[in-house]
Amino acid sequence: MRSPLAVAAGVALLLLLAFLQPWLRFVSTIALATGLAVLGIMLLLRAGQVSFGHALYVAAGAYTVAFLRPYLGEALFLVLAGALVATALGLLVGLFVARYRDIFFGMLNLAFSMVAWSLLEKLYSLTRGTDGIRVVRPSLLGLGLDGAAWDWALFLLALVAALLAGALVARYLGSPAGSALGAIKTRETRLEFAGIAARRVLLQAYLASAALAGVGGAITALATLHVTPLLAYWTHSGELVFVAILGGTGHVLGPFLGAVVFELVRVHAAAAFPDAWQMILGFVLLVIILSAARGLAGLLDDLARRLGRRG
Amino acid sequence: MSAPLLAARGLFLAFGGVRAADGVDLEVAEGEILAIIGPNGAGKTTFINMVTGYLRPQAGSIRFTGREIAGLPPRRIVRLGIARSFQIPQLFTEHTVLENVALHLAARSGFWAAFTPLLSAERRAEALALLSGLELAPLAEARADQLDEGARKLVDIAMALALRPRLLLMDEPTSGVAAAEKHAIMDRLVAALRREGVTAVFVEHDMEVVARHADRVAVWSQGRILAEGPPAAVLADPVVRREVIGVEGAPC
Repeated sequence: MRSPLAVAAGVALLLLLAFLQPWLRFVSTIALATGLAVLGIMLLLRAGQVSFGHALYVAAGAYTVAFLRPYLGEALFLVLAGALVATALGLLVGLFVARYRDIFFGMLNLAFSMVAWSLLEKLYSLTRGTDGIRVVRPSLLGLGLDGAAWDWALFLLALVAALLAGALVARYLGSPAGSALGAIKTRETRLEFAGIAARRVLLQAYLASAALAGVGGAITALATLHVTPLLAYWTHSGELVFVAILGGTGHVLGPFLGAVVFELVRVHAAAAFPDAWQMILGFVLLVIILSAARGLAGLLDDLARRLGRRG
Repeated sequence: MSAPLLAARGLFLAFGGVRAADGVDLEVAEGEILAIIGPNGAGKTTFINMVTGYLRPQAGSIRFTGREIAGLPPRRIVRLGIARSFQIPQLFTEHTVLENVALHLAARSGFWAAFTPLLSAERRAEALALLSGLELAPLAEARADQLDEGARKLVDIAMALALRPRLLLMDEPTSGVAAAEKHAIMDRLVAALRREGVTAVFVEHDMEVVARHADRVAVWSQGRILAEGPPAAVLADPVVRREVIGVEGAPC
């Protein structure tokens, strides 16, 4: 199995980049946070279901941090709270949407996220509308950090969260429950005849995806120290699906690989072509879909296989 | 005789004007292998669908080990010990054969251990043993969508067997299988059933297969049981030969 090697290489590369280019620490943190949310999208994609509304759970995690920050000074607790709130919301919505498949599943998720977006925009007295809420930098593990130290600490927190989540999700995908996700995609009725409740399998994955998005959102809020309703907007949901396909769904590394590439392309393309960076992203995705349907993770896998055969 | 394992009484189900089951009484004794024959559209598959919970009979009762199961959802019925295979194999096409079987093994025992591997050493061995029993072991690592029709059919049955049922219902286990392989496959299958002590009902169109492998035959015609009994007697019945087998006169 090459996975541990690939993970180690990825971690080393990220650490190196963060060390050499200070501004990349922030970009990497955001990329890892996005990767966490995309990891959840990947779980649903395994079941053949595409959610166009998972920005809802990213926003739930981020706003939880913003709302609780005045009462809670520890970053770890804030992230944990973000995950809990997102999961609870995921249960509420999931009990409903886990009954639906395909376009209905996608659109219902979209609908819920847009309701949340409009509430965040309109309830000004509570959410400060489009102005958003500023988050005062908390302490991490009781340490009051600022400047470069905080950037490093948050980057490492995101990295640890990503490694932990990646390991758990890999474990889950190798289990009967994770395997049943793929069965929902190919032959759901047979699952029922095996005595397995497909809806419960999907709900389980949905809760996990909400929790992951919640953690991602909480870390994003801690990195940007500012939350706005745009976090819940449908273009953000679309971005998560975009990254999932870019990275590939075959391996837990895919979402993080996709997220890092996505953020780097965005940063560079936005700097070089301020008016056309979305177009560049679009072309990148087009090339990936046409040339490597299994995403960047699939591309790497093929490459490793070819090298292995030669060596 | 002891109480039957499965007892259907007065089963009735009509699709519009077509009566798929029109007051059917049918019993299956523990340990026997019952074949159901009959013309297309007679209601044979509908019977399997009613017993396994896919369709709810409009009237009548189905008792399994004395317990009423008519109208229960498929998931509940499976857990009581009734499994089925399909005329058109229903496989998880992106999984390997081994994973297809292992997932069914896992469904039976403690499925919610979400963080134990699907292919634990134990489960892998159990799945391989089951596949070996049907001489499918060489295909274990193949993806289910890469098999030929005969193998798909057998894998479909292996999945049902992995649920360790007391009663297995098979919808045309040999249709789509090359004629030359039919008996070999059924020999393997019936041997496995007898070895595991599984009671079985199978729908079949090939009378040679029925004569050779069934303990008892029920003839389903226009929603009714036209005849039932030992294969030799039933298949020799002139009415059955005319109505179902499509041959005039006595057997030659």
